[in-house]
Amino acid sequence: MSVETHEAVHRHEPPTSFIRKYIFSLDHKVIGIQYIILALVAVIVGMTMSVLMRMNLSWPGTNWPILGTLFPAGAPGGIMNPEFYLSLVTMHGTIMVFFVLTTAPQGGFGNYFLPIQIGAEDMAFPVLNMLSFWVTLVGFIVILAAIFASGSASTVGPIGGWTGYAPLSALGQIAGPGQGLGMNLWIISIAIFCVGSLLGALNFITTLLNMRTRGMTLMRMPLTCWAWFTTAVLALLSFPVLLGGGILLLLDRLAGTSFFIPGGLYVSGILSGTNPSFPVHTGGSPILWQHLFWFFGHPEVYIAILPGMGATSHILSTFARKPIFGYRAMVFAIFAIGLLGFFVWGHHMFISGMSPYSAMTFSILTLSIGVPSAVKTFNWLGTLWGARIRFTTAMLFAIGFVSLFVAGGITGLVLGQTSLDLPMHDTYFVTAHFHLVMGVASIFGMFAATYFWFPKVFGRFMSEGMGKIHFWITFVGVYCIFVPMHVMGIVGMPRRFSSFTEYTFLSRLHPLVVFVSIVAIITVLAQFLFYFNLIWSIFKGKKAGPNPWDATTLEWITPSPPPHDNFAGVLPTVYRGPYEFAVPGAPNDFVMQTEPETEAERTGGNGHNGHRH
Amino acid sequence: MSTEARAVHFPAADWGGGVHPYRVGHRKLGMWLFIVSDSLTFSALLIGYNYLRASNVWATPFPFYPSIVFSSVMTFCLLSSSLTMVFGVSASSRGDLKAVRKWILATIFFGVAFLVLHLIEWNHLISEGLTPFSLPAHWVSTFTTTDGQLPSPLFGATFFTITGLHMFHVATGAVYLAVVAARVKKLKHEDIEISGLYWHFVDLVWMFVFPLIYIMSVDVGGHLAK
Repeated sequence: MSVETHEAVHRHEPPTSFIRKYIFSLDHKVIGIQYIILALVAVIVGMTMSVLMRMNLSWPGTNWPILGTLFPAGAPGGIMNPEFYLSLVTMHGTIMVFFVLTTAPQGGFGNYFLPIQIGAEDMAFPVLNMLSFWVTLVGFIVILAAIFASGSASTVGPIGGWTGYAPLSALGQIAGPGQGLGMNLWIISIAIFCVGSLLGALNFITTLLNMRTRGMTLMRMPLTCWAWFTTAVLALLSFPVLLGGGILLLLDRLAGTSFFIPGGLYVSGILSGTNPSFPVHTGGSPILWQHLFWFFGHPEVYIAILPGMGATSHILSTFARKPIFGYRAMVFAIFAIGLLGFFVWGHHMFISGMSPYSAMTFSILTLSIGVPSAVKTFNWLGTLWGARIRFTTAMLFAIGFVSLFVAGGITGLVLGQTSLDLPMHDTYFVTAHFHLVMGVASIFGMFAATYFWFPKVFGRFMSEGMGKIHFWITFVGVYCIFVPMHVMGIVGMPRRFSSFTEYTFLSRLHPLVVFVSIVAIITVLAQFLFYFNLIWSIFKGKKAGPNPWDATTLEWITPSPPPHDNFAGVLPTVYRGPYEFAVPGAPNDFVMQTEPETEAERTGGNGHNGHRH
Repeated sequence: MSTEARAVHFPAADWGGGVHPYRVGHRKLGMWLFIVSDSLTFSALLIGYNYLRASNVWATPFPFYPSIVFSSVMTFCLLSSSLTMVFGVSASSRGDLKAVRKWILATIFFGVAFLVLHLIEWNHLISEGLTPFSLPAHWVSTFTTTDGQLPSPLFGATFFTITGLHMFHVATGAVYLAVVAARVKKLKHEDIEISGLYWHFVDLVWMFVFPLIYIMSVDVGGHLAK
């Protein structure tokens, strides 16, 4: 029977040529690293854009000669114009959400570690896995092209925010700058990305269900695997809806349909249907786009953060030297968050004119996500409670994740209530909320994962000294950036405005705006320390053995870096749960998952099913 | 206690490795997941269609004859193709490769017949003046309400988008089945099953498209005929 199990496993030999080994590789580990490199490149683009935006907000009207050279249309004479600013907002959001927060946690770390942690030799569909990366890369190239696409002289990159709200995004060139070719490319890039992530999601779910090694029951999987699995389910169910919406939006722009365009629009001084440049449109609904987009968009924020939750649980338990508190509750909480995530999209649309009864339903469902989130938070605290914590950089970032998740999540309870959301909508309060909870928190999860798994991937530690400097600057930095933004939002500073010089009631906030910008620039510079650490440690880091952190899960039984087929031809057998730290009577303070049960355990009747509480 | 006893033989009890949970191969599970995902794309389009339809004055231009009769024949073709696919998979489970090929070719035949009929119908509607962004002039005059509200031009947009995407799926499926038929000797029974899954899915989508787009657009009052 076990022969039949692995009949379909692809026993490809290690490739020898450079191209098959590092470029068009079928090895999930190489593909994972490719995803991470893609995210590392994309995040630099996204960060640069955020710095440009901050510079414009703090010092509007300043001449930046280099901008004038690079973007003659967007920054004529080196002075950024409002359209260019809006295009930066759009591209920053799109690149960060799709090509950083979706690729690194899932495509990157998930690809690398999910098969190893469940004891598989590779993903179920190595070719699809490779394709999913290359499709995603094409999407990234298309979105980069969108920045530079210029139909006419005044055109900058696409404008529409990462949500691409219709009817602005559906009308085409007539709607103004940034609505020409760039917007088409933006939609095409997102559609390509949908296909890539569908291929990835198929692969993750099939691998996890079908390829677990002997003894790896579902309830013995590390919480990281549960998180990646749930994320894949969310991606499988939400991206196709965005794809459907994207097809309709593109048809509106290219085929003259009016799915999202209502009748009687008066745009750029022309009434719909009175001029050949603005053919008649009638009968569409911009709200339909919002429904389709947010049905995807809300699960998407969980796609970004769930892998971070998984990595945090994994790392907290390892460095607290204690079993994770409430393993089962953690699993159910992940699923509850994923499930509820599909029924709350309306809370992004409270001001769209929806019925107050629908708004109340969405509001109650939204607030109920607080329950599984609190279960997770208290279980993390329970794991840390009374532990002799090893404060490695990975651990610091994991604790930072918990802190940011709580800080950002609390304001979610504010925005989830219709009456509070109405005044707060489209202010910096919202910006601060989602940056803390879905942006920075999931990035912290990825930093923790990087410092934690780097020794496995490269056989060397990352520098702890540089890591700790990186952590403290980043941790203090993000709070100094986003806490003031809550204040700005409460005062009433609107999002997406390129400058506030004309609003006297906001002028008193200007010192705060400047402060945020300066901290943002310092924090961004600190990230280059991380990049340096990453590259330096690959060559000069302290050598690491197979299990440098005294951890318990399967990735720590193979050499660092793991061989091509992960376990050198011998798949491990799993006998116990993933977080058996500080087991009474055990010789070490950790028991590997592959450690067979002792006679005492077997007769002690202490429950065999995985985790001990 | 029985689990304890089993645990002695299989220290890693519960599953014990060996058999896939749910006994589904990778590719079959992958196809199921693809179907789940693709059905959500169609759901998005169909829900969008109903949303737009509910918030507009909607033309219902299809007479029972020839439109509904014609599309019923198309539906019959697609249903027959599902039946022949079932025979094909069943022949495959018996190992009768010749019959498998025969039934799959029959499936392709019905699939292609569906496509041809569908294209004839598209051609008919286009020649009548239906486009993705406008209705034929005589439809507009017929379906304008007494208080002067014009029928939504989105009829053409939704019709061509949804049936077009479905047609694309049928065409892809026909090519897929042709490859399966050509390589039938090299494929395993499960591969035939998987191609069957895809074909039945495409058929099932039509079972939503047909009532929602065609039957709900029947010209009950016979306005256009007058």
